[in-house]
Amino acid sequence: MTSSYYYINFIRFALLVLVQVLVFNRLNFFGFINPMVYILFLYWYPIKENRVVFIFIGFLLGLSIDFFSDTMALHAASTVTIAYLRPTIMRFVFGVNYEFQSFKLSNTTRVQQITFLTLLIVAHHVIFFTLEIFSLSNLLLILKKVIFTGIATLILCLLFGSLFSVKKE
Amino acid sequence: MQQIINFIIRYKTSLLYLLLLLISLGFTIDSHSYHRSKFFNSSNRISGSIYNTADGITRYFNLDEENKKLVEENKKLRSLLYNLNIDDTIRLDTTKFEFTSISGRIIKNSYASPNNYLTINRGTNHGIKQDMGVITAKGILGIIEHTSKNYASVQSILNSKSNINAKIKNTNYFGSLVWDGRSYNQVKLEDIPRLVPLLVGDTIVTGAMSSIFPEDIPIGTIKKFDLNVSKSFYSIDVELFNDMTNVKNVYIIYNKNRPEILELETKIANDQ
Repeated sequence: MTSSYYYINFIRFALLVLVQVLVFNRLNFFGFINPMVYILFLYWYPIKENRVVFIFIGFLLGLSIDFFSDTMALHAASTVTIAYLRPTIMRFVFGVNYEFQSFKLSNTTRVQQITFLTLLIVAHHVIFFTLEIFSLSNLLLILKKVIFTGIATLILCLLFGSLFSVKKE
Repeated sequence: MQQIINFIIRYKTSLLYLLLLLISLGFTIDSHSYHRSKFFNSSNRISGSIYNTADGITRYFNLDEENKKLVEENKKLRSLLYNLNIDDTIRLDTTKFEFTSISGRIIKNSYASPNNYLTINRGTNHGIKQDMGVITAKGILGIIEHTSKNYASVQSILNSKSNINAKIKNTNYFGSLVWDGRSYNQVKLEDIPRLVPLLVGDTIVTGAMSSIFPEDIPIGTIKKFDLNVSKSFYSIDVELFNDMTNVKNVYIIYNKNRPEILELETKIANDQ
C-alpha cells in the first residue's frame, strides 16, 4: 500500500514535469500564455504527509522545471512558497475540518476544491511573475500575465483534475 | 543550548522554507549578472537530450516548410553568386576567411518570457564556444551563452539582457539594439542621434562595432520612431525580419580574429 503510494507520486512527478516542459511551455497561447499545470502535483499531494518532506519535494519540483526552461530558480521559489503556504490555505478554505483524520479532498464540495486550487495558482503566479519581470515599473505587465496565465492554468488544471480523478486513492 | 535545539525543532518547517527560498532567490538574483551559473541552463546533458528526443519526434511535421525556406535561401545565395562574376576556376583561399559558420538546429524555442533562451543541438564537440553569433537565413537570432558537449544555450535578441550593435543600412549611424519585453516581433534601437534622416521602412542591419557578428546581417525594418526623453536621440521600434516563433535551422558564426580583437581591447582598458 505505502510503496505503491510513493510509486504513484513519483510517476506523477515525472509525468507532470515532462508534460509541462514539452507541451505547456511551448503553448504560447496569444503569444504569452504558458499554463503551469505542474501545480496539480502540489494540489494532489497527500495531506497527511510530513510537512518538511512536502516543502522539500515542492522545491525539487520547481527546480526540475527550472532545469529545462532557463528560468534559474524562479519556479523553485514559487513552488516552495505554495508548498509552505498550503496548510494555511487549506485551513482557510476547508475550516477546521481538514485536521480530522477522515478528511479527504474528494469528500469536499466542488466550490471548495476550486477555491483551494485558485488560491494555490494565484499565490504561485504572483510570486513567479514578480520575480521574473523584477521591476515595479512593469506592474501592469505583471498583472496582465498573472491574470491571463492564471485563468489558463486554472481551466487546464480543472480539466486534468476531472480526467485523472483522485477518488481511487 | 537545549532551548536553541528546541527552537530549531519547533520551527523546522519555517526554517527549511526560508532556507530553500533564500537558495532559490540567490540563484535567481545571481542570474541578473552577465554570466549565469553553469548548472542551471537547458544546455546540460539531461535536459538537452530530452529536448533533442522531443525535437526528433516533432521535426517531421514541419519538414516541408523548412525545406521551402532552405530552397528560398539557396535561391537568394545563387542569384548573388551569379551576379558576382567570379571565375569558378579561381581557388579561394579559405584560410583567409574571417568568419566561419557552423549549421545547427533549435531544439527548444522560447519567446514569451522577459529573458528568453534557446537551446541548439551543437556544443563544444562541434566547435561551439561562448559569445559566438547565431543567425538564420533571414536575420540575427542571438549569441551563444553556455555550452555543454553536445548542446548550447543561446541568449535570444528577445532578452532584456541582450545588447547588440546595429546601424541603419548604407550609413554609418549606429546604435544599440535592446528589447523591452513587450512584443516578440519588435525590438528597440536606441542612441541614434536626432540629426540622422530616418524613414519608416528603412532597413536595420548589424554594425561593425562588434566582433561577434559580421557587418550587414539583416535585423529588421523601422516601424515607428520617436525622440526619447532627452530629445537628442531617437528611440526606434524595429520590426524583425525573423519570425521568432518559428525558427528551426540556424547558423553559428565565428570570427577567427575575435581573440586578437579582444586582446587589443583589454590592453586599452588596462592602459586607462
